[in-house]
Amino acid sequence: MGAIMPVSTNTAGKKVWQLRNRNETLTRWFCFLVLVATFMWCWKYISDATTWFFVWDAPNIAADIGSRAFPPRWSYMDKLWGPIWDTLNIATIGTVLALIIAVPVAFLAARNTTPSTLFIRPIALLIIVSTRSINSLIWALLLVAIIGPGTFAGLIAIAIRSIGFCAKLLYEAIEEIDHKQVEAITATGASRMQIMIYAIAPQILPAFAGISVFRWDINIRESTVLGLVGAGGIGLQLQSSLNTLAWPQVTLILTVILVAVVIGEWVSAKVRGAII
Amino acid sequence: MLKLEKLTKTYPTGDQALRAVDMVVPNGQVLALIGPSGAGKSTLIRCINRLVAPTSGKVILNDLDITALGSGGLRRARRTMGMIFQEYALVERLTVMENVLSGRLGYVGFWRSLTRRYPQSDIDEAFRLLDRVGLLDMADKRADELSGGQRQRVGIARALIQNPELLLVDEPTASLDPKTSRQIMRLICELCRERGLAAVINIHDVALAQMFVQRVVGLKSGEIQFDGAPGEMSEEVLTRIYGEEDWKATIAKAEDEVVA
Repeated sequence: MGAIMPVSTNTAGKKVWQLRNRNETLTRWFCFLVLVATFMWCWKYISDATTWFFVWDAPNIAADIGSRAFPPRWSYMDKLWGPIWDTLNIATIGTVLALIIAVPVAFLAARNTTPSTLFIRPIALLIIVSTRSINSLIWALLLVAIIGPGTFAGLIAIAIRSIGFCAKLLYEAIEEIDHKQVEAITATGASRMQIMIYAIAPQILPAFAGISVFRWDINIRESTVLGLVGAGGIGLQLQSSLNTLAWPQVTLILTVILVAVVIGEWVSAKVRGAII
Repeated sequence: MLKLEKLTKTYPTGDQALRAVDMVVPNGQVLALIGPSGAGKSTLIRCINRLVAPTSGKVILNDLDITALGSGGLRRARRTMGMIFQEYALVERLTVMENVLSGRLGYVGFWRSLTRRYPQSDIDEAFRLLDRVGLLDMADKRADELSGGQRQRVGIARALIQNPELLLVDEPTASLDPKTSRQIMRLICELCRERGLAAVINIHDVALAQMFVQRVVGLKSGEIQFDGAPGEMSEEVLTRIYGEEDWKATIAKAEDEVVA
């Protein structure tokens, strides 16, 4: 017994302490070896399946496309103002719609606010998991098929995908609140709704603001590709430019997307800083 | 008058926090509840306003059986019991004024409380109480900007604006320095006297309790071991409540202060 415990007695009769006993150390080394072996095997598998000629040729192709992509075709910008505005709207309105649904779902999912752990909580969790597990591009594909191509399909796709994300982070924030504040408000004779607005809402407000702008920031990026499947926004122009090998236009579109994303990140960082 | 009849609480884990406690607190009496950690003091206080649901037994406040009430009745009953907490339990991100006014939540409707449109009489009372506890110029500060003693004063104002008949006080001085502790205890006891309020005060500090209250109840393992005037406390009593220890200093010091 003594030899395999982290605390053991050596021959001189002193107590010795190690973080792990011998068996644990051996197990960890073995696991590490298995991990390295798996990695090497995967590497070899991918290497065998790669046509290396194309890979060696890649720098030339990239240089070729690069040379044809510059300079960007600035005059194409006239046709991009509309789509980029659509893209921003998809992201913003989609986030707002998602939040409107995510807030009640989060309250129903949080262990400390759900009316019933047995029935309602599982339903709320199901909504969260199902909306979260499917990428917005796939939602967009589905919705384009259902409600037809256009900005609206993209907007709904972004909204649905964001519900689970926002609700999950929010319900985790609700579960982490300080229960004593809730207890104190309850003791005044406040109703359930009053407890929610006085004891819970102030505690989760910073998390709510952070989650909202974070998701908005992600949605700006996601909505730029929705056009690839016909769900509106700047992705549509990107796809047609790629299809017609109009590389100078592609460069311009990618630049516009980059600028939009940078502005989005700047705004969300400012908002987060202001609220927390 | 508050009456506890065979009040029992057994937690789902099997812990018996209260074992058939009988106790009567007459109107206007300030009572200190002492006992070791885990003796059931917090549970007892929370069973009175049913923040913790008692397993069996009755809590009767002025002929109203609180244990028999439905949710609406319970909310109305809670309005008559102000509660003051260890570590204050203020809503940290709200202002001092909002925290004090939250004591009126049981009296105002949902929309008025959401939009913070409290009746002028409540606002007048809030200012009067803030003045009484010495925080009049702090009304617009956020609760987390205050010091410990100031926060507990806000907690006291929040409990009193309920216009309660009974104060439930849970370790009011546990996180305060000795001087502030005394000031807070003195304030609570003065306010009880001014308003003829009864109070049940959980407290760890035996000497502090002896200084201010009229009656001491000692709880151990969910049972009452001592019930009497502060002056009747002896080394033998403290040993019965807390176990073997040299209690001479604790008692002697308290007696000096009572005399002084």
